[in-house]
Amino acid sequence: MTIDMSQFFQVFFDETEELLAEMEKLLLAIDVAAPDSEDLNAIFRAAHSIKGGASTFGLNDLAEVTHVLESLLDRIRKGEMALTAEHVEAFLIAKDILKMQLDGHRLNTHVDQDAVADVQMMLLSLSQGVVPAMTDVPQPEVRKVDVPSLATAAHFFKIEFPDIPEKDIKTLSEELSLLGNLSKSINENKRVVFKLATNGVVDDIIAICSFVMNSEELKITEETLPSSVKSTTKTQKEIEQDQGYGFFQPPQTFQNGANYEEHDGYGFFQPLDAFQTASESQATSNAPIQSSTQENVDTPAVEKKTLSKRDDKPSSNQESSSIRVGIEKVDQLINLVGELVITQAMIEQRTDSLDPMQHERLLNSVSQLTRNTRDLQEAVMSIRMMPMDYVFSRFPRMVRDLANKLGKKVDFVTHGAATELDKGLIERIVDPLTHLVRNSIDHGIETPAVRVAAGKSEAGKLSLSAGHQGGNIIIEVTDDGGGLNRERILSKAKQQGMSVSDTMPDPDVWQLIFAPGFSTAETVTDVSGRGVGMDVVKRNISMMGGVVDIRSGKGFGTTISISLPLTLAILDGMSIRVGEEVYILPLGYVVESLQPAANDVKEISGQGQVVKVRGDYLPVIPLYQIFDIQPIHTKPTEGILVILESDGRKAALFVDDLVGQQQVVVKNLESNYKKVMGISGATILGDGGVSLIVDVAALLRSSRQITDDSIFSS
Amino acid sequence: MTQATNTNNAVMGSDRDTTGQEFLAFTLGKEEYGIDILKVQEIRGYEAVTRIANSPEFIKGVVNLRGIIVPIVDMRIKFNLGEPTYDQFTVVIILNIGGRIMGMVVDSVSDVITLLPQQVKHAPEMGSALNTDYLIGLGTLDERMLILIDIDKLMSSADMGLIEKLAA
Repeated sequence: MTIDMSQFFQVFFDETEELLAEMEKLLLAIDVAAPDSEDLNAIFRAAHSIKGGASTFGLNDLAEVTHVLESLLDRIRKGEMALTAEHVEAFLIAKDILKMQLDGHRLNTHVDQDAVADVQMMLLSLSQGVVPAMTDVPQPEVRKVDVPSLATAAHFFKIEFPDIPEKDIKTLSEELSLLGNLSKSINENKRVVFKLATNGVVDDIIAICSFVMNSEELKITEETLPSSVKSTTKTQKEIEQDQGYGFFQPPQTFQNGANYEEHDGYGFFQPLDAFQTASESQATSNAPIQSSTQENVDTPAVEKKTLSKRDDKPSSNQESSSIRVGIEKVDQLINLVGELVITQAMIEQRTDSLDPMQHERLLNSVSQLTRNTRDLQEAVMSIRMMPMDYVFSRFPRMVRDLANKLGKKVDFVTHGAATELDKGLIERIVDPLTHLVRNSIDHGIETPAVRVAAGKSEAGKLSLSAGHQGGNIIIEVTDDGGGLNRERILSKAKQQGMSVSDTMPDPDVWQLIFAPGFSTAETVTDVSGRGVGMDVVKRNISMMGGVVDIRSGKGFGTTISISLPLTLAILDGMSIRVGEEVYILPLGYVVESLQPAANDVKEISGQGQVVKVRGDYLPVIPLYQIFDIQPIHTKPTEGILVILESDGRKAALFVDDLVGQQQVVVKNLESNYKKVMGISGATILGDGGVSLIVDVAALLRSSRQITDDSIFSS
Repeated sequence: MTQATNTNNAVMGSDRDTTGQEFLAFTLGKEEYGIDILKVQEIRGYEAVTRIANSPEFIKGVVNLRGIIVPIVDMRIKFNLGEPTYDQFTVVIILNIGGRIMGMVVDSVSDVITLLPQQVKHAPEMGSALNTDYLIGLGTLDERMLILIDIDKLMSSADMGLIEKLAA
């Protein structure tokens, strides 16, 4: 019978995270001077959905912040307030706070309650910092006259009832008279109107009336007693004591709302006709108090009703265009389709030998099957692909904040956000890219003054681009800043005892910045300059099978280019044969293959052989020895040498024969077995057999220790 | 692991369990063995495997089982039972041990038998190629006697070296 709430929580967390991201995106894009009402509505809806979800799950802290946020947004979107840059800033901070709270719930991370309170205060002060544009509330000079009665501590309520039976009226009047001095009258609509002078609060009246009628039909107005005028400052002070939000009072509430606020904080019960516009804005600005005065609520039913009524207003008419599917389901689908492709290849192979004349129709069907399976495979693979926008969209905010912090001006542009990349890779590219973007802003782009002196525009340009190039995706971070300083890198490298020479070509010099602990920043900031980062960037990208490349011109800027394979699931492989066995070499590592001349192969005693390729002596790695295979050839001059390169290290792999080149689906060997030295994975060939993928990087790492014994015998 | 414990309970003759337990009977050389049927995913014929370099001899290699790479272990080599011949009668029992799929080459598979707890006797300390740690006991049914293997324990053992964590 028990419902597993955790699954719903997860959905809520995911959704909220998405909504927050969406909100941030919209906020960053918004034009402060002329905000698009559709955008404002979208931001409001996001805040509102989060609030709704948070209250449903009882995450009150989230609900409170969103409520304040929503209230302010509501005023802005209704045009009661003009959007300012401060608002946007405050909303962004609020978004961060919400994210922090969300993480607090989800991951049990620390939530800075002071920051939460601060942002609530900020939003509150903003929601009344600007005089509403469209309300007909009294101007400040009218205030003093209209200050409500507090001196007698009594309130004067006008209660207007809907059409209800006489009997109920009688009961009510008896009940209400217990509260204070009651007088009864009939208004122009033949409605019964009570006038009540009482020390009680609105809630008491509602509590009584709600026994007989729907409280929404009830109109309760508090009327002011002109005889008791108090100073504005006094009112402010009292409210401050009660609520803890001194500067929170919107101007119009002085007219009629002060008592409400002091005691219950509900602006909802004002007569709609008389105070239509005032209550509109008041409701929103009063709203935060509602959460801070929860202890005063003794009529939960009423509260719920009014809340739910408010909840109806914004419509969530955005139809969802995506579904949430577990990644393992997608992977399973990809596996199954891969299986289908292999089966299809088998059928194709077996029908090849048939007489085309006799089996024309069968062969036609088979070729159609081939096309269909290929399309299907492509379509399924694309499920795992996500647009780079997923990564890019988090940068505008970061760039903006960083640039502000460092006092720089940065124009940020992205290109090719629609370029798709495997989900697994996309998640792993975020951190390296973040490092690179931070670096560009901190070290690359100069301060406005320096830029102007150098004859450049004040604002630096930072661009992030993605695009396909062959089977790879190229992601580039480009700035038009000062560029890398060759001399400084070299002197720093010498300081750190690296082996460098002044005549090194530029690309080699640039690669030095990827060395661990290397930083040329003159000042270490909290943004970057500690020298950790670039080496991590390089390592992370290498782990994804990618390459980092730097182009830089002094005074013109720097481009850091990352080249990644499109997906980890598929790689371009070269199949090679040794003896009876076929192995796959990832094509990315293969430089060339050749059959050496006899005098290019030299024996080094006890160390195996080396081969001279274009002036370089490369160690020869005989694959048959490493994998203990009975080979066809044992002399490199009879077989084929495949020159491999990884991490700048080259070696020649000695194999019997080259078989071909194909795209292979990478399968994990460890899921059912264990890690095998020298093997990075396995794949299924067209005939249904398994072929192992050689771990070239590991092979080259140990190439220096090559002896006649198998290096992997341990 | 709970499965293994249950099995042991059944062996110890807990009088609650009178329904018996089903075992898949197979032969290795001249001996007849039994394993918990619930660990068996499927039974296949032997097909060509891809050898894994530098692995123990009893690990024949890996095969493609509908897109999954599955290691194949030859029990006859592991326990020195019978001649490892590979023909059309050679059978591979595909096991699912705690989510990991692996294949086990045996000489033949005979049938599925149900053994009541009282039909399962404690294994003697000798007389088997298998360490008694991996035995549930000896099952007797009419004239037959089965060596019941705790396949969970056996396949996860460091002895087999199939699973990295436990092997280390």
